[in-house]
Amino acid sequence: MKIYVTDMSGNTHELEATEDWSVMEIIREGGIPILAQCGGSCACATCHVYVDKEWKDKITPPDEEEIAMLDGAFDVTEDSRLACCITFTEELDGLRVSLAAGSV
Amino acid sequence: MSDKHTTDAVIIGAGPTGLFSVFELGLHDVKCHLIDILDKPGGQCAELYPEKPIYDIPAIPSCTGSELTAALMTQIKPFNAAFHFGEMAIEMKKQGEFWQVKTDAGTVIEAKVVVIAAGGGSFTPKRPPIAGIEEYEGKSVFYAVRKRDVFRDKDIVIAGGGDSALDWVLNLEPIAKSVTLLHRRNEFRAAPDSISKMRALVDAKRVSLQIGNFEAINGSGGQISSVAVSDEHKNVKGIPCNALLAFYGLTMKLGPVADFGLGMEGELIPVNTADFETSVPGVFAIGDICTYPGKMKLILSGFHEAALMAKKVFAYVHPERRYKFQYTTSSSDLKGKLHVSK
Repeated sequence: MKIYVTDMSGNTHELEATEDWSVMEIIREGGIPILAQCGGSCACATCHVYVDKEWKDKITPPDEEEIAMLDGAFDVTEDSRLACCITFTEELDGLRVSLAAGSV
Repeated sequence: MSDKHTTDAVIIGAGPTGLFSVFELGLHDVKCHLIDILDKPGGQCAELYPEKPIYDIPAIPSCTGSELTAALMTQIKPFNAAFHFGEMAIEMKKQGEFWQVKTDAGTVIEAKVVVIAAGGGSFTPKRPPIAGIEEYEGKSVFYAVRKRDVFRDKDIVIAGGGDSALDWVLNLEPIAKSVTLLHRRNEFRAAPDSISKMRALVDAKRVSLQIGNFEAINGSGGQISSVAVSDEHKNVKGIPCNALLAFYGLTMKLGPVADFGLGMEGELIPVNTADFETSVPGVFAIGDICTYPGKMKLILSGFHEAALMAKKVFAYVHPERRYKFQYTTSSSDLKGKLHVSK
């Protein structure tokens, strides 16, 4: 299974995805720099990504804590998510996300 | 005016590792001063996850970041460490027998050893990723209020949705010419009392509330003239102002430690695992900031590293004394230091 991550320079990387890992962990372990300063506890907003529109419906929507934590991110749009809060499942094979400013 | 101190060990960083170092060093009769950029102890435990439970502290099935910090502060109380909060270590140099560490507040601490327990670096305000914002910082764009009077009679935009943003809306409204609160959504995560006070000011038209995204700043020569804000339909409008306060929380930046001459590996300090000394004798690094084969960034690793560091520091601070391994359970000497019954 794969995910595709577009970095701040616009380059897209194909990464091996593992079920039940967070998208932040897949990015970090895949060797793409992502700040994720709090280590994945939804406490810092430095793993902010934009989810490709076509994938939005397949992902569990953000909970209140994640929405509140996005207040500490910049350039937040309706596609904004914290990568530590998206758990990868089989249905997300092929997921596309882009890193946002403040996450690298 | 400089504030000068002399001690045995200066610890940079008052997170869990820095705090537990006070305990381990204290058992070895090493007196400590600690420097931390935050205004409170606890580091990431205090700033990022004070209310979140931690489950992997040995023998403590669950405690929050603030509970862990409070427990460590109690544990190290017998050793009377001196804390320098709200200060950043900016320079480290050898002066004869002593290391001298300077802070951005002008404090100078002379010590026989330096222990760097700086975690992921200094917590500094998040800067909006807007090209050219540097030019305005400290002139008309601010991330903190140092002098309230700077904002008297100003048209201020305050961006953010947490306690800092709301506190300053309430605090500056009486003296400002106008206050606009800018937030990306019409919900706030702050003290309920601050939220209701802010809402009342908005209802009374004493504060303007703008819901939208902060897009750009306009102005020249460091003087802001307006903030560009987009709404949910991507319509951009300008809010005229002559001061902007942006409160998006804090982020960790390594800062001046990078230039301390410690042979950095990226943002980490290599150490040897026998005593956690760096490539520079008398300078130690422990916790998240140090690296060695197999390193894991866990609080418990920092505690272990502190214990081994303290043993070597004892040799620097008390070279005339013979090292003796002791347990707190059995040693009347250690019990005396902890002020518990012998």
